Amino acid sequence: MKLLVKGGRVIDPSQNMDEIADLLIEDGRVKTLGSDLLDADAEVFNANGLVVSPGFIDLHVHLREPGDEYKETIASGAKAAVAGGFTSVCAMPNTDPVNDSASITRYIIDKGRAAGFARVHPVGAITRGSKGEELAEMAEMKEAGAVAVSDDGRPVMNSQVMRHAMEYAHDHGLVIVDHCQDLNLSAGGVMHEGRYSTLLGLRGMSGAAEESHVSRDILLAELTGARVHIAHISTRVSVELIRAAKHCGIPVTCEVTPHHLALTDEAVMGFDTNTKMSPPLRSEEDRAALIEAVSDGTIDAIATDHAPHHMDEKMLEYDRAPFGVVGLETALGVALKALYHSGVISLARVLELLTTGPARVFSLPGGTLVPGAIADVTIIDPERPWTVDPYQFHSKSHNTPFGNWQLRGAVIATFVAGREVFRLS
Amino acid sequence: MMAFNRKDLLGIRELSVEEISNILDTAESFKEVSTRAIKKVPALRGKTIINLFFEASTRTRTSFEIAAKRLSADTINISPSNSSVAKGETLIDTARNLQAMAPDAIIIRHPSPGVPHQLAHLVEASIVNGGDGAHEHPTQALLDAFTIREHKPQVAGLQVAIIGDIMHSRVARSNTHLLTKLGAHVRVAGPRTLIPTDYNRLIGESEGSLLVCDRIEEALEGADVVMMLRIQRERMSDAFFPSLKEYSIQYGLTLRRLELAAPDALVMHPGPVNRGVEISSDVVDSSRSLVLDQVTNGVAVRMAILFLLVGRDSQ
Repeated sequence: MKLLVKGGRVIDPSQNMDEIADLLIEDGRVKTLGSDLLDADAEVFNANGLVVSPGFIDLHVHLREPGDEYKETIASGAKAAVAGGFTSVCAMPNTDPVNDSASITRYIIDKGRAAGFARVHPVGAITRGSKGEELAEMAEMKEAGAVAVSDDGRPVMNSQVMRHAMEYAHDHGLVIVDHCQDLNLSAGGVMHEGRYSTLLGLRGMSGAAEESHVSRDILLAELTGARVHIAHISTRVSVELIRAAKHCGIPVTCEVTPHHLALTDEAVMGFDTNTKMSPPLRSEEDRAALIEAVSDGTIDAIATDHAPHHMDEKMLEYDRAPFGVVGLETALGVALKALYHSGVISLARVLELLTTGPARVFSLPGGTLVPGAIADVTIIDPERPWTVDPYQFHSKSHNTPFGNWQLRGAVIATFVAGREVFRLS
Repeated sequence: MMAFNRKDLLGIRELSVEEISNILDTAESFKEVSTRAIKKVPALRGKTIINLFFEASTRTRTSFEIAAKRLSADTINISPSNSSVAKGETLIDTARNLQAMAPDAIIIRHPSPGVPHQLAHLVEASIVNGGDGAHEHPTQALLDAFTIREHKPQVAGLQVAIIGDIMHSRVARSNTHLLTKLGAHVRVAGPRTLIPTDYNRLIGESEGSLLVCDRIEEALEGADVVMMLRIQRERMSDAFFPSLKEYSIQYGLTLRRLELAAPDALVMHPGPVNRGVEISSDVVDSSRSLVLDQVTNGVAVRMAILFLLVGRDSQ
């Protein structure tokens, strides 16, 4: 089976490439990248006027299966992923039961393969049941296919447990992913602590609740030599801590979500529970610092923290509604709006954060179009305007703060191992 | 009379000075009704008003009920034992069920900020915010301003001290918005643990001003009005301050502290009062205290609000 993607603007950050070229795919791998390629046997995809990118990689999604299939399934989430241009997603372990064993890891992989959309890479738990007490069987999960470990959503509060987790994960070549939040400092909080939480009378979560754990993890990474990835950073101080750590050569990486790049805590005015997520939307000062950190390379990846919830659960009092928003199908448009169309960051850099950057963080296949690489390819039109209609999502859930937003930049087609898994109708 | 073009009264923050004056002026004309032998006018005859209180309240609920009855409206009190979540009902179902009974207004008190705003989008009835968490309590602020107007020639230029648990107080927020809109200078004070972040940035453009003081004495100095807030005993468990005894010594209003204020300073408290904690008995019972005037005026102000919202189509 051969596919020839002709005439597109190929942007491959892994080889600093940004030029009009043809891409020939054979047997699920990149065969050749060059000009005026011809192959009589190949199916042709005309990419004139479009951008051809390595497939997007999302380091942080919640697919809710097993346990909460009414919110999302591995299949529906993987379908939403390819509709958003993601050819690989990393599924966080806070399912029910928690993915803290090889058998659940294998279950997720099998379900992902059977669905046949995006590649689904499980992230295993750091501790059993993500209770923060005993280490989970990381090595077995890794052998079963887990790409990293995390107690996302239920951060490890005991620093000694975290130290041991880092040492053990390091032994087994696993990256520790941490949702940094001091649960005592943030207790009861439902939004960012600042002028808007005071105006609205909602309990705030201070930036310090995140930053204190970012600094703890950096110190432990230096102590243990473990590879630590800080999930969804959201504050100026987190950015500064990580920038300084990288400067010192400490092995720490980080990601940012599109919603933290595009929105601030002002969006909570009006009490729309689709503005409630953890970490919360922060101040304008924080947002500006995140954009700067994208620009200067402090941030390694854009990750959605796709967190589906049923409408009935979100239709509650603001302080009682669950945290989280979906993000797979708006990620490109929102990231382009916040970074590229605003004139701050190049298209190639935005795509790097969606492809080569995240591939490097977890050492995943993909994120490149060099000959021989797996043929995960996303074709986009960075200018195409569209309006977000949450009820058109492929995800089972619609909890987005971007409903009715006018975005520019759409996914035209997505290929996983050379096979078309999404085409914009 | 100037029209009041709002479906709901959700908070003070979004009101203009003209709207506030309109409510207060309307309340003046209703105050007299409560002094009559037959305390009733037919203004809202045939209208249905639901009191929906998800939080315990005697004063506010009774005040709204009396206000509605003196306007001849039919009133129903619903006090669900707990929030919609505990009963397994979502807000949208609560709203739909209420709407199905075709009320003209729903007065809602809820421990979660924003519930009146969320319901206002979902029902046709006028929503009156009777207090939503630590967010707003607009009718309390309006009756406080009404009470001040009765005793001072104008609100503009007054120095108003608001003292106590600012963090958990919707009364503090609504009064800060309202009094600064009317041109007063508001100073707040209390233990730093109970002053929310960025409180000094609460208000927007305004004739008045807002100052967060480090010490209660600083806030009291020369104040024309002193508003004391209730300390809720349940806050003790959250380590906001060491003990009620220490609180009353450090932050309580005594006659001696009151001497720092202007000689004709008014003392107010939204109730219920914790005698001997945030305010001493001799202050509560002194001639400076307007605590009971506030309660009396609450009825007139709530009559005005219900009349302006519900009576608008029959005017």
